[in-house]
Amino acid sequence: MSTVNIPSKPALLSPKGWLVFLGFVVFLGVVTPLLNLYVPVGHTLHVSDFVVSLVGKIMCFAICALAMDLIWGYTGILSLGHGLFFALGGYAMGMYLMRQIGLDGNYKSELPDFMVFLNWKTLPWHWYFSDSFIATLLLIVLAPGLLAAVFGYFAFRSRIKGVYFSIITQAMTFAFMLLFFRNETGFGGNNGFTDFKRILDMTIATPHMRMVLFVMTAMTLLGFFLMARWLVQSKFGRVLQAIRDAESRLMFCGYSPLPYKLSIWVISAVMCGVAGALYVPQVGIINPSEMSPANSIEIAVWAAVGGRGSLLGPILGAFMVNGAKSWLTVVAPEFWLYVLGALFIAVTLFMPQGVLGLWNKVRQAWLSRGASS
Amino acid sequence: MWIARISLRFVFLFSCLGLSAAQALTPAQAIGMVQGETDNRLEVLNQALQEADAATANYLQALADDAVKVLGNQVFVLRDGKAFDPVTAAEILLPTEAEDVISNNRMRGEIDAALAALKLLSPDDKIRLQAAMALAKEPDAAKLPLINKALKVETNEQVKNALMLAQAAMAISVVDPQERLQAAQTLGQAKSPEAQLLLNQQLGVETDAKVKAQIIASLATIKDALAWGERLGVVFTGISLGSILLLVALGLAITYGLMGVINMAHGELMMVGAYATYVVQVMFRQYLPNAFDWYLFAALPMAFLTAAAVGAVLERTVLRFLYGRPLETLLATWGISLILMQAVRSLFGAQNVAVENPRWMSGGIQVLSNLSLPWNRVLIVVFAFAVLLGMALLISQTRLGLFVRGVTQNRAMASCMGVNTARIDTYAFALGSGIAGLAGCALSQIGNVGPDLGQGYIVDAFMVVVLGGVGQLAGTVYAALGLGVLNKFLEGWTGAVLAKIAVLVFIIIFIQKRPQGLFAMKGRSAEA
Repeated sequence: MSTVNIPSKPALLSPKGWLVFLGFVVFLGVVTPLLNLYVPVGHTLHVSDFVVSLVGKIMCFAICALAMDLIWGYTGILSLGHGLFFALGGYAMGMYLMRQIGLDGNYKSELPDFMVFLNWKTLPWHWYFSDSFIATLLLIVLAPGLLAAVFGYFAFRSRIKGVYFSIITQAMTFAFMLLFFRNETGFGGNNGFTDFKRILDMTIATPHMRMVLFVMTAMTLLGFFLMARWLVQSKFGRVLQAIRDAESRLMFCGYSPLPYKLSIWVISAVMCGVAGALYVPQVGIINPSEMSPANSIEIAVWAAVGGRGSLLGPILGAFMVNGAKSWLTVVAPEFWLYVLGALFIAVTLFMPQGVLGLWNKVRQAWLSRGASS
Repeated sequence: MWIARISLRFVFLFSCLGLSAAQALTPAQAIGMVQGETDNRLEVLNQALQEADAATANYLQALADDAVKVLGNQVFVLRDGKAFDPVTAAEILLPTEAEDVISNNRMRGEIDAALAALKLLSPDDKIRLQAAMALAKEPDAAKLPLINKALKVETNEQVKNALMLAQAAMAISVVDPQERLQAAQTLGQAKSPEAQLLLNQQLGVETDAKVKAQIIASLATIKDALAWGERLGVVFTGISLGSILLLVALGLAITYGLMGVINMAHGELMMVGAYATYVVQVMFRQYLPNAFDWYLFAALPMAFLTAAAVGAVLERTVLRFLYGRPLETLLATWGISLILMQAVRSLFGAQNVAVENPRWMSGGIQVLSNLSLPWNRVLIVVFAFAVLLGMALLISQTRLGLFVRGVTQNRAMASCMGVNTARIDTYAFALGSGIAGLAGCALSQIGNVGPDLGQGYIVDAFMVVVLGGVGQLAGTVYAALGLGVLNKFLEGWTGAVLAKIAVLVFIIIFIQKRPQGLFAMKGRSAEA
């Protein structure tokens, strides 16, 4: 009779890891604001507003990439609907920001400008709670969460797998995009929401507010990273990886994959929604093109470039791809799509584990050479 | 009593026209129609009508357009800034002192009536039909006697119907209730939207109870008939959309169904086909303008070959390494689609390009009074089924088809039997791409051709493949037509966007019941 050895749960982060993590917290939460706000412009150490807003934006994308990694890298389900969840969170936030404009719109009306323009007299029902910040926070979580829960329940229950699931989620995203493009749905149609003035009754377009949003985004990203780390190391996370690697075998072991898949799918969707809600006040606009199928696929490529199946990879990938994008679209705009296209092909053909995988391989080769010599 | 006088002569004129082309317009008639008292001019006009020919008609038209001048005994017809003799049609010099011909309202009315009458009496069935239909669309009670007379001698059944409709359209508002009653009946049989409009107008002002009842009854029959037209129209647009989806999905059925490749660049291969059509069209316009109407017959193989070549290159360089990893093929082909779109933007510009229909494709078949099927749509339905047939034959009857089926069912075994599986993969993928090219060529005839052409169809096409099930052509066919018709029916109720969402919800619910689509693969290959 041998006892079964259950591997002891590894620490959330190694001591060295915690040190690096705390370093990031201090750097993003304290040092960067100081360098941006209190070091004069032109000083070598000054962090420009452009960099702050760019990094703030990319950190939102990194949250999406992390969410994508949980569902794709760890559970093996490629979602092409994450752009939708991102946009839903963004729209929930956008509604609140639209209400915060108050009487300062072009038409000086209680209602948002586009409603005045459409000659609407009262607020549509789905806007009733948009005045309250608390309700908005709830909505940011609930809108993507509920949609993901309902959609996921039906999809996973009928065991839609692999590419089928990807295609269906893409169709869902596409349908929602069409819906939000309509004026009648009450989300501002083509133009979406813009011209935000205030958040929590404070002016939104100040350096300090931008810094607050930046720090909040950074802390959310780091928080989500810890949460994801905790998730994938738990028993729950190991079941997810078993689903990815051998779903049928897992079922024969007595597990029902449905609750596992569904919960990680919902968690992932909510993460995207939160990212969207952080994104909108930073860029100052949300419109239905955020839901275009292309955006959702791009999230997948961030994760793929960085390296799926690791938690640092997607964050790295989001920074690399979006950094390259914001650089190339300025230097040579017509080349960006070629580069992005080539990136899709190169990653799938040559780097299935992404940049991080490549790095690990190189390091291993280096180490083994060092050992043998 | 000029109407009566003219009418008598029409009868005579008609018998003349049937026999010979009558005498031409004489110089005396030409000058007589523009000089002297109105009564005299009318006399000459009526006389000229008896022996009318093309020159008379042209001259009358010029009179109606106020494009006639006169000096002494010479009449000048002005056209494009030049002067012509109305009799000989030769160009002549216009003296500066020539005076305008003034026609009063009575004269004008007579000329217009004569012109319309000439058209109604033309020996050409088509012109008579057009004239009668024009009269029916703009009813004018003054022309009623004219139609009555033309009706008496008309032999062509179609023209006769049109004349009767025109007669009824005019008679519906006359004083005599008996005539109105009859007109209401005739209009009821016409079953056209125009008749419906006329009846509705009369209903508002009708006082006679009997006539009113007849109008209401006629309206009911028209409504029934029109409802059928509308319903058939929806079915046809549904089938049209379905056949487009079928064309798009057929290529996918090969690349996805048989090869397991999620080809997100399928839409872009269609775009390649559409642009190939565009290039062929431009070449024809440049070098073979006479044969321009037949450019499609060169464009079809061109579109197929171009897209197939692009597909073959993609398969050799990228997809070959990704077999068995469908999610990866999805990402890689998405990247390919981005590159193809940007390449087309670099080559042809980001704007849409104009692809013209050949002339024989314009127009349509008039099935019911309110249902006309455009030729290009009809031909696409035919084309889609021709492609389907061709593909079914290719897969089931040819050696290549046999190999493709063999490789799909059991790659290792096929390889053992000496099939060069790698080459078959390339052929099959090129075939699927080529069919996408054909679809693109077809789409260029009904929609815009631009870099984003493929994007609009790809989601729908994948829905068709998902719904139809993998690896079965029959499933693809039923799913494409079913989705097309369902979409159009829902559009009638809810609008395009909600229809799309409803269809999506329907598919998701449907997959709950049949996760493998309409036609599931059974047995061993089911889980593959």
